[in-house]
Amino acid sequence: MSTVTADRPARTGMSPRKRAQRMRMIQYVVLAAVLLVILFVADWPQIQKVFFRPDMIEATLKQGLPNALKNTIVYTIGAFVFGLVNGTILALMRLSSVAPYRWLSTIYIEFFRGLPAIVVLIAFGLLPLAFPGMLIPFDPYGTVWLALGLVASAYMAETIRAGIQAVPKGQIEAARSLGMPAGTATRKIVLPQAFRIVTPPLTNELILLVKDSSLAYILGLSGAAFELTKYGRDLANTNANLTPLVIAGFCYLLITLPLSIIVRRMEARQKKER
Amino acid sequence: MSASQLANREVVVDVVDLKKSFGDNEVLKGISGQIHRGEVICVIGPSGSGKSTLLRCLNLLEQPTGGNVFVEGVEVTDPDCDIDKVRADMGMVFQQFNLFPHLTVLENCTIGQMVVRKRSKSDAEAKARENLLRVGLADKEGAYPGQLSGGQQQRVAIARALSMDPELMLFDEPTSALDPELVGDVLSVMRKLASEGMTMFVVTHEMAFARDVADRVIFMDGGYIVEEGAPDQVIGNPQHQRTKTFLDRVLNPTKVGQIGAEDEAHAARHQSVPDADGDGDSRP
Repeated sequence: MSTVTADRPARTGMSPRKRAQRMRMIQYVVLAAVLLVILFVADWPQIQKVFFRPDMIEATLKQGLPNALKNTIVYTIGAFVFGLVNGTILALMRLSSVAPYRWLSTIYIEFFRGLPAIVVLIAFGLLPLAFPGMLIPFDPYGTVWLALGLVASAYMAETIRAGIQAVPKGQIEAARSLGMPAGTATRKIVLPQAFRIVTPPLTNELILLVKDSSLAYILGLSGAAFELTKYGRDLANTNANLTPLVIAGFCYLLITLPLSIIVRRMEARQKKER
Repeated sequence: MSASQLANREVVVDVVDLKKSFGDNEVLKGISGQIHRGEVICVIGPSGSGKSTLLRCLNLLEQPTGGNVFVEGVEVTDPDCDIDKVRADMGMVFQQFNLFPHLTVLENCTIGQMVVRKRSKSDAEAKARENLLRVGLADKEGAYPGQLSGGQQQRVAIARALSMDPELMLFDEPTSALDPELVGDVLSVMRKLASEGMTMFVVTHEMAFARDVADRVIFMDGGYIVEEGAPDQVIGNPQHQRTKTFLDRVLNPTKVGQIGAEDEAHAARHQSVPDADGDGDSRP
């Protein structure tokens, strides 16, 4: 020990541990200073009036919030279910032994991953105009499900493909050794395990879709079909006050935060099982 | 069971000049032989000798590149063969168990029966329970494979294969992935099966098991069958130098003065002598 201290330059006069302690202290001081400045400089009554005006909160909650929340959920779930089915088909095509299926799936995935979701939505909104007489069922819900689902399926396909490939080869061999045909082995043995592996990333996809459902506003929705963003934005515009938008934001967090927590739990459990 | 007794028995599997290559690497260089009903065959040999590949060619988990395989008179190497039907009659036990982790022990043993044999759920469960009892795991039917030890998983895998009522059981190094203290339970299940008259084809490193249980032992090296016969003969009194070297190394793993011998043996294998005894085939 004594040689070590002797070799070190004497001028610092501080042990590494002490220096780290000092650095941490400085960081706390800076943080406290910034908080104090915000506390004293900010115009709190004004902030409360703009973001959390009590009468606006009440008006937002009463007018159409439950309906908007319901619509956001309906848009999201529809797009997710469609995307999941389509994504599974695409993933299986991607792994097909028939080359054209692989090409088609790759082209699809690259195409829809490269496009902004809003472009696809606009396109689907215009389809009935471009093809007179064409009707997308459950409009505008069907349009949103189709457009967002098509985009989401491109991402999900890649996730599901990875999940299928993560199932050990021995599983297929065991299933085939029992006499199961290839398709049955995939359905009964591989896919159930693949979906268990990809549940956390697919839940993340669901969270993204919750947020992407706000793009539905581009279709020019009628009042009954408003989702959270459109609803909050319209109310905020008419009243020149941000409170409705803040509430809409809270509603998103109400959906996404529990999902995030579930994802983290599932990931932790999977890590333990491995 | 003596050789003459076996000769009168029905042939379950007939292998004719079987060849298998992976790219440029020829792993099986012409294997011929038969498995008779009720016979227990143990295949021994160094790693890379082709014994697992031979086993996997029998139920076409590997596609042979030459030769023919007949199972119960059906040529499985025929492209028109309904391999799923043949496989249903051949139980397979893997080195890595390969139980279905998303299914319970009972479901592992019923899924093949229900999907392939089209048995009702209650029939399948009755059969599964009967076989779980046979392997000594009747109390584990509700557990998932991840909750079992390796030895228990392998016994479930045996029960899963038995539940299909196979004509023949294939074992691909069933104890090689197990901790030493868990090997015994699996081997005693296999012993019991053999004594009940099951036809078994076992790739193994368990020499004591091969010596006690097998009707016939096959020693493979370099893609050929080098020596085969009764266990006392092949393991007790090997005729070929390669068999002697291999057995010496396996039975006396701690013998001194052997470092490097393995490399020599490896080199010798790869400049193999196709017809060591000069009788016109690869067999001794």
